[in-house]
Amino acid sequence: MPFVTPEFLPALPEILLAVMACLVLLVDLYFGRRHPSWVFLLAQASLVLCALLCIALYPEEPTTTFNGTFRSDGMSAVLKVFMILVTYFVLFYSKFYLDVRDLFKGEYFVLSLFAVLGMMILVSAASLLTLYLGLELMALCLYALVALNRESSMASEAAMKYFVLGALASGTLLYGMSLLYGVTGSLELDRIREYQSVGGEIDIILVLGLVFIVVGVAFKLGAAPFHMWVPDVYEGAPTSVTLFVGTAPKIAAFGMLMRLLVDGLAGVQGDWIEMLTILSVLSMAVGNIIAIAQTNLKRMLAYSTIAHVGFLLLGIIAGTRAGYAASMFYVIVYALMGLGAFGMIIVLGSKGFESDRLDDFRGLNERSPWLAFLVLVLMLSMAGVPPFVGFWAKWSVLREVVAADQVWLATVAVVLAVIGLFYYLRVVRLVYFEEGQEAAPLVCGTDVKVMISTNALAILALGVYPSALLALCVTALG
Amino acid sequence: MTDLYVWVVLAPLIGSVIAGVFGKSIGRAGAHWACILGVGVSTLISGAAFGHIVLEGGAAFESTLYHWGRVGDLTLEIGFLVDPLSATMMFVVSFVSLMVHIYTIGYMRDDPGYQRFFSYIALFTFAMLMLCMSNNFLQLFFGWEAVGVVSYLLIGFWFQRESAIRANLKAFLVNRIGDLGFLLGVAAVLFYFGTLRYSEVFELAPSLQGATLSIFPGADWSVASLICILLFMGAMGKSAQFPLHVWLPDSMEGPTPISALIHAATMVTAGIFMVARMSPLFEQSETALSVVLVVGAITALFMGLLGLVQNDIKRVVAYSTLSQLGYMAVALGASAYAAAIFHLVTHAFFKALLFLAAGSVIIALHHNQDMRSMGGLRKYMPVTWITSLLGSLALIGFPGFAGFFSKDAIIEAVHLSEVPGHDFAYWCVVIGVFVTALYSFRLYFLVFHGKERMDEHAREHLHESPWVVTVPLVLLAIPSVLIGWIGIEPMLFGDHFGDSLFVLSEHDVLARLGDSYRGEAAFIGHAFATPPLYLALAGVACAWYFYMVRPDLPALCARRLAPVHSVLVHKYGFDLLYEEVLARIGRGLGSLFWRIGDRILIDGMLVNGSARVVGWFSSLIRQLQTGFLYTYAFAMIIGLVALMSLFVFLRMQGHS
Repeated sequence: MPFVTPEFLPALPEILLAVMACLVLLVDLYFGRRHPSWVFLLAQASLVLCALLCIALYPEEPTTTFNGTFRSDGMSAVLKVFMILVTYFVLFYSKFYLDVRDLFKGEYFVLSLFAVLGMMILVSAASLLTLYLGLELMALCLYALVALNRESSMASEAAMKYFVLGALASGTLLYGMSLLYGVTGSLELDRIREYQSVGGEIDIILVLGLVFIVVGVAFKLGAAPFHMWVPDVYEGAPTSVTLFVGTAPKIAAFGMLMRLLVDGLAGVQGDWIEMLTILSVLSMAVGNIIAIAQTNLKRMLAYSTIAHVGFLLLGIIAGTRAGYAASMFYVIVYALMGLGAFGMIIVLGSKGFESDRLDDFRGLNERSPWLAFLVLVLMLSMAGVPPFVGFWAKWSVLREVVAADQVWLATVAVVLAVIGLFYYLRVVRLVYFEEGQEAAPLVCGTDVKVMISTNALAILALGVYPSALLALCVTALG
Repeated sequence: MTDLYVWVVLAPLIGSVIAGVFGKSIGRAGAHWACILGVGVSTLISGAAFGHIVLEGGAAFESTLYHWGRVGDLTLEIGFLVDPLSATMMFVVSFVSLMVHIYTIGYMRDDPGYQRFFSYIALFTFAMLMLCMSNNFLQLFFGWEAVGVVSYLLIGFWFQRESAIRANLKAFLVNRIGDLGFLLGVAAVLFYFGTLRYSEVFELAPSLQGATLSIFPGADWSVASLICILLFMGAMGKSAQFPLHVWLPDSMEGPTPISALIHAATMVTAGIFMVARMSPLFEQSETALSVVLVVGAITALFMGLLGLVQNDIKRVVAYSTLSQLGYMAVALGASAYAAAIFHLVTHAFFKALLFLAAGSVIIALHHNQDMRSMGGLRKYMPVTWITSLLGSLALIGFPGFAGFFSKDAIIEAVHLSEVPGHDFAYWCVVIGVFVTALYSFRLYFLVFHGKERMDEHAREHLHESPWVVTVPLVLLAIPSVLIGWIGIEPMLFGDHFGDSLFVLSEHDVLARLGDSYRGEAAFIGHAFATPPLYLALAGVACAWYFYMVRPDLPALCARRLAPVHSVLVHKYGFDLLYEEVLARIGRGLGSLFWRIGDRILIDGMLVNGSARVVGWFSSLIRQLQTGFLYTYAFAMIIGLVALMSLFVFLRMQGHS
């Protein structure tokens, strides 16, 4: 086989980000001591550049390059832009968080950039190998980020758990991939799909492989019963890392799910729809019910994430283009809401104080009415109350589930969402109707305040005018 | 044109918002100027519309302003229909409203809620105009409810007073009963015609002939009767027809006489207007017309009788309003829609006049409203005296005055009507004339003539009211005298209303009346040959004899006829029935359902019970999150094995 020079253009954003990440590493090495902020600024600049490049290179037609291992299409482009956008916000909050706690290290930003690179490769994967490569690049960076604060025993414990369980999940995924390769004789997702459409009866080994793959993806998403790591890691990690782990990688995991199941395993759609249904119902139940018993906001939000993942799966369960678009809309919206919610914990914290217990939110309205209002927006949006965008996210996936004649599933989802309303509203009650121990007005920097306000108001604005984003998701999926 | 008509409703709304929201910062003068300008704009445009459509015979205007929403196949719209009927109403409503606004400057001068009051009355004007100008049932209902809300706010304007709170609650609740019927009627219209737009509904109305439905098995109801009677229930509430009349006298708790006027001369006519507007529907059902006729007749006579025993000046006027509304309903029932609207117009002017005159008296006596402590005021308040006399003459239907033309037309129309119940109605309205004259002149003599019964202190401060009060009185007195002359021929017998009123030829009593009509003077001449005129004169004479010549007689009568007097004082016991029986049963049922349904079933078992179960379950399964790595790994393996068993092993068994 002659060597053909691959087309580099579709992968230009990834190449740029890889180069920039290395550059940031060098800058940190030589100037990190004297000008720590250079690292931050350069990292942010690389993200902005990369996002602009993604938009500029928006592919009209799906293109595959690097010998059929890398694909650039509408979905990957949109997901990348939003992952970068979310990361941009994350790094902003992180700088504030790290500055206050003397944790500011150049590695933090380098690792974040590499994690983003991993996610971008992940959502652009056209072969099992690329997919695994992207996944591991992302996961390894995240493990390291969780362990960033070496003095904290909680963070180390969380990183340990994350790493061991993540390795287990990776192994499972890899095993599933090897089964697929064994059956189909190819690593390319297109070939794997073609194999299923040609062969008459579906090989049972293929289904076995599917089970392993679903388990691996479910772990990454944090769907029950593979969710056990989520609360511990969210609570133990430094809040800025929790913020990162809880947002951008969810978008990437959605991309992975789409690549593996929809692009690669369309022939066994019936099977994975059933599996995801089980996972979805369990996630919504576990997430919403256990969240009620939490006293730590980070843990509560962790369970809320699990519940959101259950909702997110609903659109994929619908099994239609419109359903996938609804799920995509959901995951993007969720990332924005999670960003705001964890961002709020960072904004309210100070040196030596994490502000991650529910009690820390008592009487916030007395101390800062504006931030209290933003909390209200975030919580109501997460609960799915109109007119915030969280409502439209839930509504669009539910509509698709009903359109797919799974009315019972929609009913269960709505009942569990109502249960979930309780713990979101509890936060609102604490903020507005309870007396706090702390009475001093809150002081925080204007820059983070602007950031969190933009974040929360975007949720409100998208709630008033959701159709543009929804339409974007529909066109991105073709 | 749409742009212009939009301002008829928008201008008062803007005025109201300015006075209501920015009242504190723009001050009293700012508030009243904002509202008066707004209502003034409405009046000007309404006047222009009246001139264009009615006087010049221009084409009726219909247009949809915007689509409000969509429910299934039904488009909800906001739109205007300006035809002769609504143009007449618009003009009357905005004109009376404008007078009220000007008068309020004087009447409410010392009230702390000055801006709030202006905001309310401008809002009322907006709602009432929305109601009149609507081109569909939904907007009609919106305006209907909106005037209800404002009336609630106005009656309870002095919210520190216990009696005001009770009165506004009462008005609201009683109107709810009527509105329920109205809403059901609108729903029935939607159900049968599939549209809410007047023009489409009226076009389809003849298809109702003979249509029946059975709500209860075995009993077939005529659809036309059902729809019309349900709609009329709404009118009974809003226009205070028997037996939903109880709220109107109590509504005088508001700052009288302005709110009383708003209620009595404007809002209550909404029901009459609505029935006239729905004439193509009502014409399809003889039963409904008969109901309207009988209810109106009962109201006209029996509410008038109550006016005889009241001592509160504004309550007398209020009962007089009830009785006059009965006359209008009678006209509707006799298919003389034009006569009803004609009476509505003349009544609006002379009743407004009487209310404002009563208000002027009340101001002069420092908010004392008891007629037993008045008397001889004509010396002190000449303008109020003369205008009151003119208003009273118009009310009793003295030949030549406005009320004469409209009331006699109604009586003649009933005389010619053949709707079941017309005999009863005829007797009621004829006797009603005597009663009207009696209570009107009882009020007039007690207030303006005879001994001065007020105390020394009050007498010293007696003087004529300021110009903002007297000018509206004079302005209203002119139409009270003249409008009948001008109006009778075009409104009753001409084509004033064009196509906006629909009468079947076999019901058309006005046409038959028109055959023998020979001009205004002849109409007056004819009155000398019929009983109503003599009954009215007899009423005046009785009042004069009882209250001027032998002031001891009324008390004697009350003693001799104690049972009758007691029935009248207790208003036939309706308040007692509603409050002690119906309300008590309602409250009993409510508290029963609350205790069993809400407290035990819903709160106890469903809400708190399920919440407790979820909470308990949550704390239980929370224990699974042990924090140990091996537990987590184990859980993952179990999940994997479970999925494998479900999807692979079970299926393999199925294959083999």
